[in-house]
Order: sequence, then C-alpha cells, then structure tokens
Amino acid sequence: MKLRKIAAASAVSMLALSASAQAQTQIDWWHAMGGELGEKTEAIATAFNASQSEYVVVPSYRGSYAETMTGAIAAFRAGEQPDIVQVFEVGTGTMMAAQGAIVPVYQLMADAGVEFDPSAFLPAVVGYYTDPEGNMLSMPFNSSTPILYYNRDVFAAAGLDPDTPPTTWAEVEAFSRQIVESGAAECGFTSRWVSWAQLENFSAWHNQQIGTLQNGFGGLETELTFNGPVQVRHWDNLARWEDEGLYRYAGPGGGNDAGPSFYSQTCAIMMESSAGRAGVMANATDFEVGFGMLPYYDDVEGAPQNSIIGGATLWVLSGGSEEEQRGVAEFFRFLSSPEVQAQWHQETGYLPITQAAYELSQSQGYYEANPGADISIRQMTLNEPTENSRGLRFGNYVQIRTVIDEEFERLLSGAVDAQGALDAVVERGNALIREFEDANG
Amino acid sequence: MQTKRTIFGNKGLPYLLLAPQLIITGIFFLWPAAQAVRQSFLREDAFGLNFTFVGLRNYERLLDSPEYLNAIKVTVIFSISTVILALGVSLVLALAVDRMIRSGRAYTTLLVWPYAVAPAVAGILWWFIFNPTIGIMPYVLEHVFGYDWNHLLTPSDAMILVVVAAAWKQISYNFLFFVAGLQSIPTSLREAAAIDGAGPFKRFWTITLPLLSPTTFFLLVVNIVYTLFETFAVIDATTEGGPAQATNILVYKVFRDGFVGLNFGSSAAQSVILMGLVIVLTVIQFRFVERRVTY
Repeated sequence: MKLRKIAAASAVSMLALSASAQAQTQIDWWHAMGGELGEKTEAIATAFNASQSEYVVVPSYRGSYAETMTGAIAAFRAGEQPDIVQVFEVGTGTMMAAQGAIVPVYQLMADAGVEFDPSAFLPAVVGYYTDPEGNMLSMPFNSSTPILYYNRDVFAAAGLDPDTPPTTWAEVEAFSRQIVESGAAECGFTSRWVSWAQLENFSAWHNQQIGTLQNGFGGLETELTFNGPVQVRHWDNLARWEDEGLYRYAGPGGGNDAGPSFYSQTCAIMMESSAGRAGVMANATDFEVGFGMLPYYDDVEGAPQNSIIGGATLWVLSGGSEEEQRGVAEFFRFLSSPEVQAQWHQETGYLPITQAAYELSQSQGYYEANPGADISIRQMTLNEPTENSRGLRFGNYVQIRTVIDEEFERLLSGAVDAQGALDAVVERGNALIREFEDANG
Repeated sequence: MQTKRTIFGNKGLPYLLLAPQLIITGIFFLWPAAQAVRQSFLREDAFGLNFTFVGLRNYERLLDSPEYLNAIKVTVIFSISTVILALGVSLVLALAVDRMIRSGRAYTTLLVWPYAVAPAVAGILWWFIFNPTIGIMPYVLEHVFGYDWNHLLTPSDAMILVVVAAAWKQISYNFLFFVAGLQSIPTSLREAAAIDGAGPFKRFWTITLPLLSPTTFFLLVVNIVYTLFETFAVIDATTEGGPAQATNILVYKVFRDGFVGLNFGSSAAQSVILMGLVIVLTVIQFRFVERRVTY
C-alpha cells in the first residue's frame, strides 16, 4: 500500500518535471567552431538562454565546416536535422538550391513576426547571402576576409621600415628578396587558403571577373572566367617566387603550414584570414606583429577594389515546429544585436556584421587600443562593390576549391604553366557546375 | 576414413543459431550494398529532394574522367609498394627474432606496439615527422643528404610518405604471423640441410620460404585488402590525397566525392566498382594462387 503511494507520488512529480521541461522549446544548433572559437560560440548560446525562459538553444560542435554541412545534410535525409546549421560560404550555392530543405531568414523573420531590419547589416557581408531580389537567405555569423600579417622584427633586421607593410606585389617581391638575401628570414611570404586568398579575393581586389552572371549570383547557368591575364600573371609570379624561395606554399585547403612557418619566423609575411588574429597574437610570442591590407598590382585598372568575405552563416532547416522557428527568429535577433556582435568581433577577429556593432566597437575605443584590427573592415568596404567584387556563388564549389588547389600544385611542380593551370581549373570547374545544374535544375 | 553423422531433430534450431550472423550481415552489408547499387544509377541533389534515373551515366562519366583513371593507377602503385614493403620488412624482422634465444620475447613485444596505435593517430605522427616546415625528417634529409623533401609539392615524396606510413602500421601484424609460421617449421629439417652442406641462404630459399608459403599467402590477401580499404585514415591525416591527386587512392576518392563533394551518384558508382574489384580479387587469389601454395 505504502509502496503504491510512493510510486504514484513519484509518477506525479515526474510528470511535473517533464511539464516544466516541455515549457522550454529546444533549438538545436550545429556548428563548426572548435577550440577557443567554440567556447565563444557556446557563450553566446548560454547568454541567450539566460536572457529569456521560453527557448533553450543547444549548440553542438560537429567538426570541420565540411563535416558539419555534410552531417546536417545526412541528418536531413534521415529526418533528424537540427534547427540551425552553420555552413561555410562556399556551401551557399548548395544550400540555396535546396529550396524544400531550408527556410530563408527573411521569411522566417516575417512568419515569426520578429522585428528585423536587413539594411542594418553591412552590405559587403549580407550581399553574399541574398537572392537576386535582395532577400536575405541565411544569417551572417562569422565573416572574415584575408589580410596581411608581417613580422616587424624581421623587417627591421632586414633593413626595412617596420612601420611600412608592402602594399603592392612589386613591394612584396622586393621586400621578400631583401629579407631572404639579408638572411633575416628563410622565406619572404606565405599564404593560407590559396584558392580564397590568391584567386578569389585576388580577382575581386583587382576588379576581375570570377564567373559570368555576376560571379554566379545571377543563376545556375554561370561559367567560371578567372583565367584572365591578370590572374595568370599573378599565378605565374607565385610559381616563380616559390622557385626562387621568396614564397612558400603551405599546403592545400587552409594551407595549414603557413601558421607554423610564420610563428617560427621562417617566413616574414603571411596572408591569412582576419579571424586568425587571435591565433596569431597567441602564437607570435617572440616578435612584434604588423598588419596590412592585401597587396595589389598597381598597374591594373581599378585595383584595389574591395576584398570579399569568407567564413560561415547560419541556415535554418525546414521541418521544425512553429514554436521552434519562432525561437530561432528570437535567437537571430539576439545574435545580431550590437552588443553581442561587437563582443564577438572583438574577441575573435571576425567582422562585425552590422553597422551598429562596428560603431559600438569604435565608441568603445577598440580600434585605438588594437591597431590593425580595423584593417579587415576597411579593406572590405574600400569601394562600393562591383559585379566582380560582391562575392561568388557557384554550385559544387567545395569540389571546385579542391580543383584549384590541385592545379596550383601542378603549376608549382612545373607540370603546367600558369595559363594552363587556370584554363584547367576553368574547364574542370565548369564541368562540375554543369553537373550541379543538371542535378538541381 | 570414418565419418560420424549426427542427426539433429530440431529443424528450427540451426536457423535460430545462424540468425544473429545473418541479421548482422543483412543490416550492415547487404542492405547498404543494395542502397549503393541503387544510388549509382541515380543523379540526385545533396539533400535527396529530387532524383532522376540516369542509367549507366555515372559509370560512363567515371571511366571517361582522367581523375578516376589516375586514382586507379595511384592505387596500383600504392598497394603493390605497401604490400612488398610491409611483407619484406616484417619477414626480415621475424627471421632476426627467430634466431634470438632469450631476448626474442622482448623484441616481439616491442615490435607489436605499432599495431595498437589507432590509424588516425599514426597518420598524425607521420604528418609531424615529415612536415616540410616543422618536421624532423625533412630537416635531417636536407642537412645530411641535401635532399629537399616536400610532400606538399612533390608527388613522389607524397607517395613515399603514405607507403611508409601505411606499411609501418601493418608490419607488426605481419611480423606476428611470420614469427608463428617460423616456429612451426621443424628445426630438424634445417639441421638436416645444414649437415648436408646447405648454407644459410640456400636453407632459407629452399626450406624456410616454401614452408612459410601458407602464412605468406594469407598475409598477402590480408595486406592487399588492408591497402585497398583500411589506409583511409593514414591518407586523410597525412596528404589528403594530394598533391594534385598524387595519392588519391580509390577508396579515398569515394569519400572525397561523396562526403565532401556531395556527389552521391558518382560516389556510389565508385563503391560498386570497388566491391566488384574485391570479389574478383578474392576469387583469383583463392582459385589460382592457392593452388601453387605448399601446405
């Protein structure tokens, strides 16, 4: 008898417990931010959860960008998708084409009735993620752009002015030669993300077309065109400089060897994402770091134009309940508030995605206290973006990036010249774009 | 020869006893394999929202693509080199340990250690050792031998790296089997040959090696399957198939195209071809090679 009472009582309390748990709607958020960035990401979710009691955002780390995206896609195919997934910029084409699988952010905000002003966002960031009608499709989260880091101590040792970073490629060559010949360092410069920094951003920075139909923003029928004379000249130079020991190739994809060779003072200059700032400051303990904009060829008409972004945005996957979608909308509003954005920007080196966050950082005196931290945003907004410098959007671009790396490696190994390498990139890339068009048309 | 037949009355019991194995085979092999075959005839978008039946087009595209033909070539070079290296080194080590009288056991234990290292961890170790910027080996090679090692750019360096890394993992395993095989060869045979005047090399080629052939054959099969399918982690952690696809073996290409490139049709077609390859290899090995093995 007594036992039954206890059982009944515990059943009631169990019910009460689950009822209070149900009152909060859970929102699953898959992201690709490991290490310190992961902690900052979790902190944003924790802050949101503490700010209200209706929703609980549960962030979970899913590995690299590619792993997170493919994991979410596999989950979608099995009907187990998260509400929010972080997708890198080159996955944009794939996500956009999956119309039944995603909920565009502008629609989500309108349906949920959450106040939302797309014009508050920086055009250079948000332009990358809008459809041809100007509607915002995904929520910018972490956007960055490549900039130039240099070793001030090595510059001084080589007899260069440590306050003057190279601004043109001619200076990069001359400085690197002086550095190597004076023995101040073994190599002049290295670069992470060859495809992103030395082809895509290089093209935008020199106002050169990457692909037809506004670099692919205009539709799936686009074709790559970045085998023009300016890009060929640059790749030709890179191959020559690698041969002469002025430049050091750091590997495919992210170019993982660039960081170690910069930190160990083997290379004096490194081109790397602005979001690498925290890592650079943490690792460059034995020398002073200087910052600069990406170099350009000063005889190219229209250069420097503006650089383009990389990084990732948050996509909302369909299939969530109305409550969940409302929670996602609330979370996005929280995420884009100036305070959250300014803190994220200052702690990580990613770009502030709204004008208000930028202005808040200015009024807090962040840029005076941290020289060089505003280079990324100044470089991105240097000029009004043209059709060539708004960004790029191609299907299967994850694979095309691999093709770019492969042909660049063939160029460096001497198997092919710069024109041949870029022609092959365009030919193989276009075949991949056609395949994507066939599968999604 | 006397055979003893036992009749079991229960008709259902054998099926019941087989069931767990059959269910596991069905769920983890037959069903996914059937899925792969089906997908290889389809062209679909990444999310699986719409798909079209394209017949053999995924296969035609593969056989037309220079990248796929390159992957076949790379796989052949990689497999043969890895198998020869892994079998050769482990045989030499096993022969050396077999001659030891007291310290044999200690050496055996030490040589088995690498087998306990997870493939991904092994890959990272090799990545560190051979890293052109921070690795110890490129430093030694450059300062002692004057060789500029860079597997990020030189295809042959990259191939050497993955072959060494993949073989190193397998040497322990092969070594154990060779030691066991050597111990099962009666010493009297070798002693008799020695008395008849056969030198160590003669004894090795005419007695030890032929008597080891069942072990060698078994290891050959296991090693080929290993190089074809289980070297994925080593390649992913060291070269990622580069530079310019110089180490992109077939199984790694399946992964890259399917899970990174999201081209499921082509990836499935490649898996089906690989499955066919394994079936053919197994049949050839057991039907033709086994006949020539002395048991």
